[in-house]
Amino acid sequence: MKGTVGRLARIVAAYSIKMVLLLLAVSAVAFVLVTASPVDPVQQYVLHMGTAVSSEQREEIEDYWGVDEPPAERYLHWLSRVLHGDLGESSLYRRPVADIIGERFLNSLALMAAAWTLSSLLGFGLGCLMGRYRGRWPDRLLKSLCYILSSVPAFWLGLVLLLVFSVWLGWFPIGFSSPIGALRGEVTLGQRLYHLALPALTLSALSFSNIALHTRQKLIEVLESDYVLFARARGEGEWAILRRHGLRGVLFPALSLAFASFSELFGGSVLAETVFSYPGLGSAVAEAGLGGDVPLLLGITLFSALFVCVGNLIANLLYGVVDPKIREVQE
Amino acid sequence: MGQAAEALLEIRNLSVSFHRYGNGFAQEELKAISDLSLTVRRGEVVAVAGASGSGKSVLASAVLGILPGNAAVEGQLLYRGEALTPGRQRALRGREIALVPQSVSFLDPLMRVGVQADGSRRPRQTERRRQIFRRLGLPEETEKLYPFQLSGGMARRVLVSTALLADAQLIIADEPTPGMGLGQALEALRMFREMADEGRGVVLITHDIDLAVEFADRVAVFYAGTTVETAPAADFQRGEDALRHPYSKALWRALPQNGFQPVAGHQPYAGSLPVGCLFAPRCPCRTEECERKTPPVRQVRGGEVRCFYGA
Amino acid sequence: MRRRNGNRRTELVLLAAVCAAVLAVAYGLGIFLPAEALEGNFLQAGQPPSLEHFFGTDSLGRDLFWRTLKGLSVSMAVGIAASLVSAGVAVLAGLAAASGSKIADAAVGWLTDLVMSVPHTVLVLLISFALGRGLLGLLAGIAATHWCSLARLVRGEVLKLRACHYVALSRRLGKSGGWILIHHLLPHLLPQLLVGMVLTFPHAILHEASISFLGYGLPPEQPAIGIILSESLRYLSAGMWWPALLPGAALVLLVLLADKLGSCLERLLDPASAQE
Repeated sequence: MKGTVGRLARIVAAYSIKMVLLLLAVSAVAFVLVTASPVDPVQQYVLHMGTAVSSEQREEIEDYWGVDEPPAERYLHWLSRVLHGDLGESSLYRRPVADIIGERFLNSLALMAAAWTLSSLLGFGLGCLMGRYRGRWPDRLLKSLCYILSSVPAFWLGLVLLLVFSVWLGWFPIGFSSPIGALRGEVTLGQRLYHLALPALTLSALSFSNIALHTRQKLIEVLESDYVLFARARGEGEWAILRRHGLRGVLFPALSLAFASFSELFGGSVLAETVFSYPGLGSAVAEAGLGGDVPLLLGITLFSALFVCVGNLIANLLYGVVDPKIREVQE
Repeated sequence: MGQAAEALLEIRNLSVSFHRYGNGFAQEELKAISDLSLTVRRGEVVAVAGASGSGKSVLASAVLGILPGNAAVEGQLLYRGEALTPGRQRALRGREIALVPQSVSFLDPLMRVGVQADGSRRPRQTERRRQIFRRLGLPEETEKLYPFQLSGGMARRVLVSTALLADAQLIIADEPTPGMGLGQALEALRMFREMADEGRGVVLITHDIDLAVEFADRVAVFYAGTTVETAPAADFQRGEDALRHPYSKALWRALPQNGFQPVAGHQPYAGSLPVGCLFAPRCPCRTEECERKTPPVRQVRGGEVRCFYGA
Repeated sequence: MRRRNGNRRTELVLLAAVCAAVLAVAYGLGIFLPAEALEGNFLQAGQPPSLEHFFGTDSLGRDLFWRTLKGLSVSMAVGIAASLVSAGVAVLAGLAAASGSKIADAAVGWLTDLVMSVPHTVLVLLISFALGRGLLGLLAGIAATHWCSLARLVRGEVLKLRACHYVALSRRLGKSGGWILIHHLLPHLLPQLLVGMVLTFPHAILHEASISFLGYGLPPEQPAIGIILSESLRYLSAGMWWPALLPGAALVLLVLLADKLGSCLERLLDPASAQE
């Protein structure tokens, strides 16, 4: 086990270096992009504040964006502020971006966690079912379903769910993460889940077919392997084989894939949150871009990249834990 | 080997074919085994020898009842005199009939060897398995290893241990020697010889006639899915003239120490087998009859041969 | 055996032709649609589907069927353009990666990692924001997020071809890199690239619709599918189901057809992949 810890530490160290470099690059590219845009963050801020901008406030905001400096120095100036935890102030919400991200990420996290769990479980379960009955009708039916689902845009699926369950059946609310007018502290867990259900369902439909098809493929590889043939020859039944050999070979690849798909999850949440007007990071980034809120847009972009990288790190770690070839050799 | 020994496995006129579905209703039939007969008695090692791609492994799967779903089986399989129905195959495989597969790829790469050798049967027989490991000369810590950490010889012994653990009466060893050095191969074959000497029956599927002849009592020469000749192993050592079928003779001549002459031509494709004798297209002494009719199995000089003329 | 392969090929060709024909007809209808078909009539606002208006009318009385068709053709045009741009970027990146220079290969690999580390939707929003929203931003955004897999394909193919004897021979005969590229690499690369592009096309359409839905893509006066659906959201609670349901279903159908076309072409090109 000592070897395992050391090996995991090595994976974390190696990936962290790569992650820091990537995040720096993302910050540079994002900064260049928003600088190139016709929207000027200072003007936008002033515009949103109306006439009530004091010259001090204006100076402060100009200082934050380093208006008078050459481009490279502007970037470094901004970067050092960001590294000190100052993501600037949102012009739409007139609050520090870091606070908004912190608050909204909790909402998004609830949504994404629910969707992720649902799609992983469903995808894994159905993938196993498809693999177990490969080539027979349950497999064909589910495979077609998966292919169709991957052609359905997430926001339209959200619209349809909204139409059916909220408008026609009236089972679910039209939007928002909690009842309108309720104070934060008063919202119960039940109410939260109730408001979470449809957006989470929409979001999970996005990634579930991917996991299901991948699991199916892996399981078929296992079931057609020599060692499963031998297990059959030794008198193990189909279900025992699925339990003893199938799950072992399929569970961790599926889990790794689920962690590696944080990017699609976040991207999908932008659409799902917009359809259901769910107050998370996804709807915030869409609003930020439309409303010319440069600091919020930059902040969420960086945060989303961090989120994706963490998912990839976990996926890498899982591979390290599971594969005995990596695990045992270094002991 | 007394003639009175109990016949463990009797295969009578076994044919196995695979349907391959093309598009729509079109399908193709591949005949992997045609009209094969073979008997294995207690105390006996019967080698089934033939070139690769001749359907030898299908034979093992057919006996164990683990053919894929698109296979059709005809003919009779008897185990200890009683028909081997699918239900009986399910009950017997892994208990009375055991497969010893060819390589480490038949071990789950993600499972430790010990747990894997124990199998899924309850109660777990870990203590007995350890004894067997010891007897096979596997070091104590082997059970903690993963398959990729085993040497070829160790993997072989782990696979053999599963058959011993099951206390199987009939053992089907599928290509147990490829990839091994001569020493290891001899050791592996010696293990099977010992099993037979303890009163079990062993089917040794191999393409290495030389080694098989060393350790087997009888050799069944396999060609294009059927046995063309079953002869006492000693006949192969005695020479070409002691053999009965033109293919056996050709195989004998192809051995390095006997001139290394390759057999001309190639095996027919399982999707389009010839009508009469399967070997006729390559046979130097074929006649019109061979191309029209399938020759019957005839008893010749204490062996069996599937040829109109073999003597 | 061979005859059945022949049948299979004919079938694939037919299926691909049907898909392509349906897509072409939808595109043509949208392009040559007379302007008056898209005009609104307030007397007929908010009507459910009928024989006169297959998809009903929206709150401004515009016929949704024609509007959807027009929107689909716009989406297809954007999708084709975005696929072309992606393919262009992919060829350059793939060739650079396979050029033999370790640095170039590492750089392209790193660039791919960079694109993959930001959620695509966010990246497209950012690029669209930088280019002042609208068509240009949309094309650039989709191209920027879709070139990676195509570039990987190009890189793999070029590396494979470079290892071939006849390419090595040409080089030894003193042919220039450009000559080899045009005479040996492109003829092999083009079909692969074409299939890759057709397979990118449905993704590009989906992305276009999503981005337009969020309000970043095409301007709101354009009858794009994303915009129709975004408008429908406002009237959903009033029970107007047709502007949400029918245009979206048409979009899904389009994407499925394009996907089918791509997979047919893929199988025709590489029969070995037809097993699954």
